[in-house]
Amino acid sequence: MHHSTALPISISAVTKAYGAVHALKGVSLDIQAGEFMTLLGPSGSGKTTLLMAIAGFTRPDSGSIRFGDQEAILSPPHKRGVGMVFQNYALFPHMNVARNVAYPLKLRKVAKAEVDAMVAEALETVQLAGYGDRAISQLSGGQKQRVALARAIVFKPRILLMDEPLSALDKKLREHMQIELRHLHEKLGMTTVYVTHDQREALTMADRIAVINHGSLQQVDTPRKIYESPANRFVADFIGESSILPVVRDGNTIRFDGNALKTVTAPPDGPLALMIRPERLAFVTDASRDEVNTFAGNVLELVYQGDSALCYIELSNGTTVALRANTHAGGPLDSIVEGASVTLGLHVADTVLIPAGRDA
Amino acid sequence: MHWFSRPASDTQITHGQRLWLYILAAIIMVLLVAPTLIVVPMSFSASQYLEFPPQEWSLRWYESYFSSTAWMQATKTSLTAGVLTMLMATPLGVAAAYGLHVSLHPWARGIFVLLITPMMIPVILIAIGAFYAYVQIGLVNSLFGLVIAHSILALPLVLIVVSAGLKSFDMNQEAAARSLGASRLTAFLTVNLPQIRFSVITAAVLSFLTSFDEVIIAMFVSGGQNSTLTRNMFNALRDQIDPTIAAISTIMIVVSSGALLLAQVFGKSKN
Repeated sequence: MHHSTALPISISAVTKAYGAVHALKGVSLDIQAGEFMTLLGPSGSGKTTLLMAIAGFTRPDSGSIRFGDQEAILSPPHKRGVGMVFQNYALFPHMNVARNVAYPLKLRKVAKAEVDAMVAEALETVQLAGYGDRAISQLSGGQKQRVALARAIVFKPRILLMDEPLSALDKKLREHMQIELRHLHEKLGMTTVYVTHDQREALTMADRIAVINHGSLQQVDTPRKIYESPANRFVADFIGESSILPVVRDGNTIRFDGNALKTVTAPPDGPLALMIRPERLAFVTDASRDEVNTFAGNVLELVYQGDSALCYIELSNGTTVALRANTHAGGPLDSIVEGASVTLGLHVADTVLIPAGRDA
Repeated sequence: MHWFSRPASDTQITHGQRLWLYILAAIIMVLLVAPTLIVVPMSFSASQYLEFPPQEWSLRWYESYFSSTAWMQATKTSLTAGVLTMLMATPLGVAAAYGLHVSLHPWARGIFVLLITPMMIPVILIAIGAFYAYVQIGLVNSLFGLVIAHSILALPLVLIVVSAGLKSFDMNQEAAARSLGASRLTAFLTVNLPQIRFSVITAAVLSFLTSFDEVIIAMFVSGGQNSTLTRNMFNALRDQIDPTIAAISTIMIVVSSGALLLAQVFGKSKN
């Protein structure tokens, strides 16, 4: 049941204010047909408001939201034909599983025999075949989430919206469901907009991530680009761990602690900062390799975390940087102790300069 | 272990130590219920006058009630007014409760208070007001006028009971229904209403009883063909002391408690 007719969504200059609070400040975003787009941001960033505007529950003050070539901004939720999965499942407890899933079909006056077949197919898609007669109260959290999903896809919508659908599940189940949702999206191919505040979830699932903060888009890019080349300090800070260090600009030469930094591309204009991901930094013995920037410092603190260890290192100019070290035998932990003098290496490709200001 | 020295709850307080509480509760219950129930034996008396306890037993006063055209007419009026009040106040109150529940308007709170004022001001004021208003528009002694006045009294009850029911309802379900293709009304009827049905049924029964038991407004705005049972009982008590009143009271107790009992049975949620 691949959806060759998935619809692109074109959002342009959408604004929404609640009194003095500007929830959306002119958001423009193009989502391609069949794309898995994740809206990522902290609570109160506007990501849910944007999703609710796409669903039709929030009416923007201005702007345009188009599904394909159709303007949707004025149509009520029940006429938009989008499937939606809610954070707390929002299943109907007075109906059993099959009647929940059949609900959108009955509203569309689908014939009884066809309803049964479509419900069975949707339940099978979410791996709940044979659960039709169960009461909602008999289901586990993960099963409820699957029923909610089956109900949202059973009428074959061309757009699927999900509002933090996994946030109520425990960590293991959540990670399992992330992969499963990803596979389901590959199978069904509908344009999907997924809201989350969990950056790892966004990195795992999305084709592209739209990072949003204070009602404005900060960056729209692939997970890898978002992680490796954040557009600004907010994105660098919000996604993954990072140390952000001050640098001095000297024409086109960027100096950290007096030494020129080697980079792959020419540095962007304006005041800059150096972003270092802890796992991209390594202890080195040979300080003279071309493709590596090196820093000297002392180990301040060592935090053992099982799969890795986090080392806080004070550099010679007094700034502190975090380094994530492997814990395998024969690795750096054998020789590194708190207080040791060390040399750190950062590959030029991992030497990321970002605008020094907080927001875009 | 003896019942007396067993703990009464999760705490270590024993039934013995709780004895005073049980006795107090029993006294309060008797004081609350006795005045209502005292008419029951009185209604089965063979005597010409209201007496307690009755010397002789008989069903003559029930016979006198059921064979009186006047009492039957009044009973019909009361039941009709009760049902019509229920049919008017329940949908209006449910709609108001829903509207105020979802409204973000700054006045919503004020409107709620305004709608429940009939509960807080003395009924006699509403009765006098209704009487003078009805004189102007010719609704005095009409069933319709009575139903409107009773609906004013019943509306606050419906509003409060249904609002409480809506508070525990997850509005995301309505949003889900709408996203799945239901208009707001369809979503309300198929998703919200089945889940707040206990509140709605309770509210409907209370509306019926508000009208059925009401006497003050009935004294002012009902009369003639459209006299209610309570109004006629009140008048009868003033003119003659007749045990028929006790028989009617007993029947009213049965109807009222029966209605509440039905609400419990039908409204009970299955899960």
